Amino acid sequence: MAESAQERKLPVDDKIHTWPHLVRMEFLVALFVLIGLTIWSLTIDAPLEEPANPTKTPNPSKAPWYFLGLQEMLVYFDPWHAGVVLPTLIIVGLVVIPFIDTNPKGNGYYCFKDRKWEILTFIFGFHILWVVTIIIGTFFRGPGWNLFWPWQFWDTHKVVALTNVDLPYLLGIRSYWVAAAFGLFAIGAYFIGWMGFFYWFVLKVKGKDFLERWGMVRFNITGVILAVMMSLPAKMFLRLAFNVKYILVTPWINI
Amino acid sequence: MSPLEKIKNDIVESQVWKAIFRHGYDDTPRNRVMMVTSNVFLHLHPAKVRRHAVRMRFTWCMGGLTFLMFLMTAITGIYLMFYYRPVAEYAYADMKYLEFDMPFGMLMRNMHRWAAHAMIVFVWLHMFRVFLTGSYKPPREFNWIVGVLLLVLTLLLSFTGYLLPWDQLAIWAVTVGSNMARASPLLGYEGPFAEFVGVNPIYDARAFLFGGGEIGPHTLLRFYILHCIFIPLVASILMAVHFWRIRRDGFSGPSL
Ligand code: HEM
Repeated sequence: MAESAQERKLPVDDKIHTWPHLVRMEFLVALFVLIGLTIWSLTIDAPLEEPANPTKTPNPSKAPWYFLGLQEMLVYFDPWHAGVVLPTLIIVGLVVIPFIDTNPKGNGYYCFKDRKWEILTFIFGFHILWVVTIIIGTFFRGPGWNLFWPWQFWDTHKVVALTNVDLPYLLGIRSYWVAAAFGLFAIGAYFIGWMGFFYWFVLKVKGKDFLERWGMVRFNITGVILAVMMSLPAKMFLRLAFNVKYILVTPWINI
Repeated sequence: MSPLEKIKNDIVESQVWKAIFRHGYDDTPRNRVMMVTSNVFLHLHPAKVRRHAVRMRFTWCMGGLTFLMFLMTAITGIYLMFYYRPVAEYAYADMKYLEFDMPFGMLMRNMHRWAAHAMIVFVWLHMFRVFLTGSYKPPREFNWIVGVLLLVLTLLLSFTGYLLPWDQLAIWAVTVGSNMARASPLLGYEGPFAEFVGVNPIYDARAFLFGGGEIGPHTLLRFYILHCIFIPLVASILMAVHFWRIRRDGFSGPSL
């Protein structure tokens, strides 16, 4: 608003007084929300369980609900990856959004058409990956972090066959070092393949001019962040369809 | 002039009254501006705003409500702090005491808890709205970054508070949440490459967070200070920056 208002003369003065128009709105909304909060607090008590007992681990132990997406990722990736690397990249990914999205349209108003891919990507990351994993973690995970229906009895002795195997093993590779090399190759291929696909996609959807204006730095940052984001559904798919545990197995890290 | 009006007049014209209130309540454009600019709280707003910015369907009120929830947790939190001791022997008993013996104790605790949860939901929705209106685009890139930091702080505020009741839910949820730190590459003793760095269970990222190798009384004190002092302080400063930048950069809207 600031620039455009200064650059051009305002054709119409669409400004209204903060008092009473905005203040009135804020007051009313605050009032309603506080009434709602009070009713909620009068009817539902905050939980308080038995006193802390470090020798008695509950099964399942769940993180606070807003972190259950991260805990759910532990099913598919090791803790250093799901708990440290991916959260960091989520934050980095959010921070870079204003710098990789150079589309001048849709600044200050709702519009879907001009920013279709940006919005779809955000919704995929936020609503599908983040919110849905939280819902799964909250309502569909029971003892042993096994899947249960919300209405199903939490059987602590439920036996789930551990049939997961590593991808190289699945493909018949038995030698340790060949398997590691293959894993490295598979992950490298994933990234390179993704970047190639992304290049083709941007070229097709946005055109060559756009790509030149956008620049290699933005293209690469966006591509890598998206590749990491898509690695979660990719791994989910491999796990659910083929029981794949790890793709890369080394003495130091497994992915 | 009736006696009542005269009394009113005497009060309103008195030096004391005028020292406090700079203007009357007449509905004039000048007064409307004064209402906002002469009030320290209201003057966070500009004196005039564009029409679309007032509409609920533009902002969903989410930024403001996030702030409201923050204020509610601060107010109810102070009440709770009067009765709560962050010491392992007392913490749980104090919670029970607060729930059953303190006037409005349970209500304050509930409001604190639910407002914190609401704040998280609201801040997510706020971010989503800012994304949908493209309000992070120039010149507001920096405020988006401040927002992301606020988002992280909001989650950490809730997380550190989760431990304080010192019940089973608290310590195990925080244990699960903090085990990540143990797995940090290089910095955690169960993380990749730990053996090259020389971290161990009592000297790694999680031990730093916990104040020891295991979750315990030291962790409780640490989380209490983070929860009640450190993170709220940093968040308040960032909110001040956030609000100031909204004024500086101008509120987003369609160009005229
Ligand atoms: C504690 C957390 C936060 C508080 C209290 C807060 C508060 C606010 C308020 C009151 C506004 C005014 C407009 C509105 O209500 O929508 C606003 C605007 C804004 N917020 Fe936040 N916010 C927070 C977190 C965030 C986050 C997580 C982001 C993004 C990642 C963000 C980015 C922005 C931006 C870019 C604007 C300017 C919007 C515009 O000009 O249209 N904020 N914030």
